[in-house]
Amino acid sequence: MDEVQYIGINSIPIVALMSTFIGAVISLQTASNMDSPLLPDYTVGYITQSSVILEFSPTIISLILAGKVGSNIASEIGTMRITEQIDALEIMGVNSLNHLILPKVLAAVVYFPVLVIFSMILAMIGGFIALVVSDLQSTETYVLGLRSFFDVSNITYALTKTVAFGFIIVSIYVKGGSLDVGKASTKSVVVSSVVILIANFIITKLMLL
Amino acid sequence: MISVRNVNKTFGKQQVLFDVSADFEPGRVNLIIGQSGQGKSVLAKSMVGLHEVDSGQILFDGRNFTEMDKSDRAEIRQEIGMLFQGSALFDSMTVEENIKFPLSMFTKMTKKEMQDRVDFCLERVNLQGRNALYPSECSGGMQKRVGIARAIAMNPKYLFCDEPNSGLDPKTAIVIDSLIKDITYEYGITTIVITHDMNSVMEIGDNVIFIHQGKKWWEGDRHTIITTDNPEIEAFVFASEFMKKIRSSLKERIK
Repeated sequence: MDEVQYIGINSIPIVALMSTFIGAVISLQTASNMDSPLLPDYTVGYITQSSVILEFSPTIISLILAGKVGSNIASEIGTMRITEQIDALEIMGVNSLNHLILPKVLAAVVYFPVLVIFSMILAMIGGFIALVVSDLQSTETYVLGLRSFFDVSNITYALTKTVAFGFIIVSIYVKGGSLDVGKASTKSVVVSSVVILIANFIITKLMLL
Repeated sequence: MISVRNVNKTFGKQQVLFDVSADFEPGRVNLIIGQSGQGKSVLAKSMVGLHEVDSGQILFDGRNFTEMDKSDRAEIRQEIGMLFQGSALFDSMTVEENIKFPLSMFTKMTKKEMQDRVDFCLERVNLQGRNALYPSECSGGMQKRVGIARAIAMNPKYLFCDEPNSGLDPKTAIVIDSLIKDITYEYGITTIVITHDMNSVMEIGDNVIFIHQGKKWWEGDRHTIITTDNPEIEAFVFASEFMKKIRSSLKERIK
């Protein structure tokens, strides 16, 4: 339960903030570039929906979580190593890897998708606020765009990516954290971000093309 | 009894332990002393399996620890208590949870039995009623005592203490030494203490092993260490003018 709090619930504010504003910006930028009369108005809502579901929520939110959750895990494990708490576990006959890492992996794999769904909803609400409140588009047109060409398999694709990214974030940070705490945290953020981007490309290639 | 037989240990190209052999008897406080970087911590960590030895044997009452698989080692480790230099208490847990941890992991005790055991261990180290404190709320001496309470929670047959007095004032250091000695005698534990502290050597050293340049250089007890003419021991134990004066006065008395 501590891990759920630590990895899942504590990340809600940053995910909410990022998602709302990025959703708003995506819809505003799309609207500002849609000056062709051949494109229907609902295209703005459709592009916002696609961008958020396919890339923004699973990938960008995972990169943000890599910084927040991953560096916290690296610091925690690294500090435990330095203060001999991991040695203490080993001496007791406890498998430190199972004891420390498994709950984090489970929490990440279960709660990252929940955070990403939450992010998708908030990003679309952000887009709505930006467009409708600014009087750039009607509620009906924006909602029509969100519902247009909606494909459930896109959600499956997004959540599959998120599970993979959650596993990558926890695994890479844990490995790095056993060295020097500060250095390992920084290195882990960079390494896991790169691995997430490469994994994103591979999963996209495998699932969408 | 713990026996170390012809143990060698290398890190990369640097050999740290050279053919070390020693016996550590039960019911006695066995000290491993030596300058920093001479291999005493490596020896202790090798004995509990935190380092793998290159060759040689570690025997726990005749059971060859070095040749055991993981599950057999885990069983032996449940017979080992260890007090770490920095106490190594789990900082996210209270004092009580720290002591309960090994009990909840490895025993089938009921909640009541566990609570009784925790209270007993805390009382044994004179920390009754401090159950709810977190390690960060404890002083250095209290942390060491909680470390001892956690180490004895599982009724260990073997107790390892890595520099138990480091960072403590002399008075608290004496309290910790007395506690280690009392527990060792009371429960007949095989206790191994790694220390630099000469007070500890003189107070509790039933058996003293001096490690120098990765080798067992000298073995004796708190009485014979005063009279030995071993030059390395003299240079280490009686390095200061004050200690030299004490030594000559003790030697005079012995004569």
